[in-house]
Amino acid sequence: MINKQSNVYTIIYIIILVVVVGTALAFTSLSLSGRQKENADIDKMRQILASVHITPAKADIIQAFNSHIVAQPVVNAQGQQVADDAFDVVVANEVKLADAERKLPVFECRLDDGSTKYILPVYGAGLWGPIWGYVALDSDGSTVYGAYFAHQGETPGLGAEIEKPAFCNQFEGKQLFKNGQFLPIAVLKAGLKPTNGEDYVDGVSGGTITSKGVSAMLSNCLQPYEPYLQSLRNK
Amino acid sequence: MAEKISNKDVFFNPFSKTNPVVVQVLGICSVLAVTAKLEPAIVMGISVIAVLAFANVIISLLRNTIPTNIRIIVQLVVVAGLVVIVEQLLRAFAYDVALQLSVFIGLIITNCILMGRLEAFAMGNKPWPAFLDGVGNGIGYAIILIIVGFFRELLGSGTLLGFQVVPDSWYTAGYVNNGLMILPPMALVVVACIIWVQRARNKDLQEAQ
Repeated sequence: MINKQSNVYTIIYIIILVVVVGTALAFTSLSLSGRQKENADIDKMRQILASVHITPAKADIIQAFNSHIVAQPVVNAQGQQVADDAFDVVVANEVKLADAERKLPVFECRLDDGSTKYILPVYGAGLWGPIWGYVALDSDGSTVYGAYFAHQGETPGLGAEIEKPAFCNQFEGKQLFKNGQFLPIAVLKAGLKPTNGEDYVDGVSGGTITSKGVSAMLSNCLQPYEPYLQSLRNK
Repeated sequence: MAEKISNKDVFFNPFSKTNPVVVQVLGICSVLAVTAKLEPAIVMGISVIAVLAFANVIISLLRNTIPTNIRIIVQLVVVAGLVVIVEQLLRAFAYDVALQLSVFIGLIITNCILMGRLEAFAMGNKPWPAFLDGVGNGIGYAIILIIVGFFRELLGSGTLLGFQVVPDSWYTAGYVNNGLMILPPMALVVVACIIWVQRARNKDLQEAQ
């Protein structure tokens, strides 16, 4: 009979257990990763299209994405194009870098009426976890055509309201350039106004920290695009 | 160990008489977190049923080999492994649901009901009763989540599963949603009301005067 209380038994037991569980996890992760990547890509396409108010059925997302997104340039902080694989840029990693070192993805979208919109990804922090979104601009590089926001774990009914149309639709028609100055839109408590004349929207009541997160995310992520957007304005 | 209880009682007792939430007061933390809306409450309930049933069976199978001094660690490793697998499966086959639950799935690991059932039941019983106990307690937990989620979404947002149920005419007549219902403290108040009703109806649970 083995002594189950001995140190040797305990150590061997836990080693075997951890190896077995580790193997099971590695196996699950490996065998499912292809499918998960596919799901994640489709979801990203859905979000990008949502910012320009295109909401295809789940099965048509890839096709809709390929027909509407006509170019995916990656630009640098001087506004020059450096690559054309915007879809593969992980914005979450880019926002940690200094403005000058970031790779800035742009999705150029041709709508059914022939107009061109420029979709810029944004990424930041809410109260409980990351928040992100896509801001679509008219071809003048300043007017917001549409916005889409999402979150990982904001409080349902409070911070989580940033993903609702009631919040996102407020951004439509706002200007990024005010009197020639680049001022990304502020998110403020209802009733307040920014002092610098910047365009603003009302935050979510009860979701103050998430709302501030959206505001900080917009200013952090859109600022480096200024030279690029300026070049669109001058076109 | 108390007298032997039948499999039927093992399965049905957690629905009411030994309900993990309102009688044993376990898993209150997640009741506060996921019940502001009905839908996450339902999916969370289902996930907990699955994880609890499998964890109970695995621990029950291993129960005679686990060294006593590291049994909590062994239970944690098994639960954590299962939760990660459930999350991976959801991400692969039910991506939308996975996104909606996000962090809450990971929080199943810290759900006191799991450790409670593993330690109190699975360590001392055969796999089949352990499985029934896991499913029963999972359902007992899910019932409370759904009741709390129902009232909080109805009174706090005027919707159920995202569909508006309070007619617009009420709002124009001056009815307003109770914003307090969305905040976590109201989950405690709702749970307390359920406990009150439960104890009033069930004489066994009332302490002697």
